[in-house]
This record gives sequence, structure tokens and C-alpha cells, in this order.
Amino acid sequence: MSAPVRVPAAARQPRPVRDGVGLGLAVGVSGVAFGAAAVSAGLSVWQASALSLLAFTGASQFALAGVIAAGGSLLAGTAGAILLGSRNTLYGLRLADVLRPRWPGRLLLALGVIDETTAVSLAQPDPDAARTGFTATFCCLYLTWNLATLAGAIGAGRIGSPQSFGLDVVGPAAFLALIWPRLRTGRTERLVAAAGAAIALGATPLLPVGVPVILAATAALAGALASPATQPGAVPPISQSAPPSSLNAPPSSQSAPPSSRSAP
Amino acid sequence: MTGVWIAVLATAAGCYALKLAGLTVPQRVLASPRVRRFAELVPVALLMALSAVQTATSGHAFALDPARLAGLGAAVVALLLRAPFLLVIVAAAGTAAALRAAGIS
Repeated sequence: MSAPVRVPAAARQPRPVRDGVGLGLAVGVSGVAFGAAAVSAGLSVWQASALSLLAFTGASQFALAGVIAAGGSLLAGTAGAILLGSRNTLYGLRLADVLRPRWPGRLLLALGVIDETTAVSLAQPDPDAARTGFTATFCCLYLTWNLATLAGAIGAGRIGSPQSFGLDVVGPAAFLALIWPRLRTGRTERLVAAAGAAIALGATPLLPVGVPVILAATAALAGALASPATQPGAVPPISQSAPPSSLNAPPSSQSAPPSSRSAP
Repeated sequence: MTGVWIAVLATAAGCYALKLAGLTVPQRVLASPRVRRFAELVPVALLMALSAVQTATSGHAFALDPARLAGLGAAVVALLLRAPFLLVIVAAAGTAAALRAAGIS
């Protein structure tokens, strides 16, 4: 668990296009999991695709599908999904400095403000490379994520019983994988996660479905009040996936793709 | 179904607005370390809560499904082995599916 990352220094030279396209492919294919989970939850193929096209932020999308799957309140599901999107506001704040977006273009750029584009952009040495990295990541991930969503949604609709394929575990496993990098980094994160789970489970018998999860945000509030300190320059962890290169640790940059696996 | 569409579109609009706000509002609005820390911790709390609720409850009752628990266990093992995201998902779903095919559920 605490094995040092063995990445040679030379391999960490930022290469905005390669990093962006690699990460886009590697993370984008997990849109299959979202499409399958969404349709198993009762969304239509169109609704699953609309979320990927317009919301374009994995955690919120999975969260809404999860509450709908549980038959929960749509209002609570929507509120939870939007609350989960609030970290993108912070990414936008950081990116505004680097990308210096102008007005009509900013409207399109905003759609791409997520974990992965932020991580690639902020890893670049200068604003030009950051803009290139942002564009490469955004384009590649947007395309891959949406095509994969469609494939997963259509695929899940064709099979008879989602449970017999284990699709009911996709959501819980995806949530865990999304926060795993953060659980590894800090004690506060682990405490907040444990408290969040305990609050939601404890409230489940008492409150409408979907509401206990929102209540779990109080754990984050407590954590923030207890330990507000944070490094202003910290790059957000790429939370939509375990770092793609971490399994076999090929000697390449952190965001290099397992391209052989991603290729059709 | 209309309700689901409204939820889908409201989620999309809300998430987009939050992204655009970050690019647009002045830096100092969210400069407080506590506000930043809260936004960092919200996904941790909410996603863990979602994972727990979807794993261990059904409606308002606790419901422990052995195949689902085993699937989540497989995900944890895969994460400890530093597997990539998609492999974690496949391990979880595959374990649950295999157990159910074997008659455990």
C-alpha cells in the first residue's frame, strides 16, 4: 500500500497532448460502467446519454443513478448529485488563473472542468502547455466517455437481469474507487468517509431514501472545521480512476494510458 | 419518467453552473481554507455514504446480500492491488455474478 511510486524523473516531463489523450481514453472507457449502471437503475438510454453529454462529471452521474435505482426521492438524488459537483467549482477557480478563458469560449470550456482536465492542466509547466493539455484531455475524454456511456447503456438494456451480471455492485464499487486515492492520502479523509457512511446508514431507517446521503455531508463539514489547513498549490488527485499506470507501473508519466487495453 | 427527465436535466444544469461559476467568480470568494477543505471533503463523505447505503440497505431496511458484499470485497482487493478503475468494476461485478450463478444470493 505504501510502496513508493517508481517513476523515473525523466518520464515525468509533462507532455500535454499525450497525457491528455492517454488519460481521456483510460478514464473515458469507464463510461461503460456508468451507462450500464444507469440503465440498470431504470434510466433510459437517452437519459443516461443526456447526463454524460450535459453533466459530464462521473461521480454526480453515478450518484443520481444510484438514488433512482434505490427508488429514492428524485429531489434528494438531484441535490446529492449537484453537491458532489461542487468540487468542480474549486477546479474552475484554479483553472481560471491558468487558462484565462474569454467570454463566449468560456461557456464551452466550463463543461470540461473536471478532475482529469484539472490534473493534466495543472501538471504542465506553462500556460500554453496547460491550455493544450486541457483541450486534449477534454476532447478525448468527452468523446470516449459519451461513446462508452452509450455502449454500456445499450448493452445493459439487452441483458435480462442486471443482478445476474452483478451490475448492482457497479455503483458501490465505482464510488469506492473514486475516493480511494483520497482515502490513501489522509487520516481526516478516512475519518470523514467512516463518519459519512455511519451517518447515512444510521439515518436510513428514519429518512426518505436519498436524504441520508445528503446528511452525510455534515461529516465533511465537521472535517473541514476540524482541519481547515490545505496546501494552496495542491493539485487535486485524479479521483475518477485509480491512476491508470499504477497497476503495472510502466515507466511512463503518471497519466499515461494503458493504451493496449483501451484500444478497440 | 418525466420526473426522471427533470432530475437528469436539473443535475446537468446544476453541475454545469458550478463549473462555470468556478471559472467566473473572483478568487477571493472561495479563498477561505475551510470552504476549500469542505469542497474537498464533500465527495469523500457523500461517495462513501452512497457506497455503504447501496451495499447494505434496501429501501428503509438493512439488507445484506452475500453476493453483493463479496463483490464489494473483490473491489477492495483490486484497489489494494492498485488495479485500474475499470478492472475494479469488473472484479466486483464478476464476483457477484459468479456467486449468483453458483446459487448464492
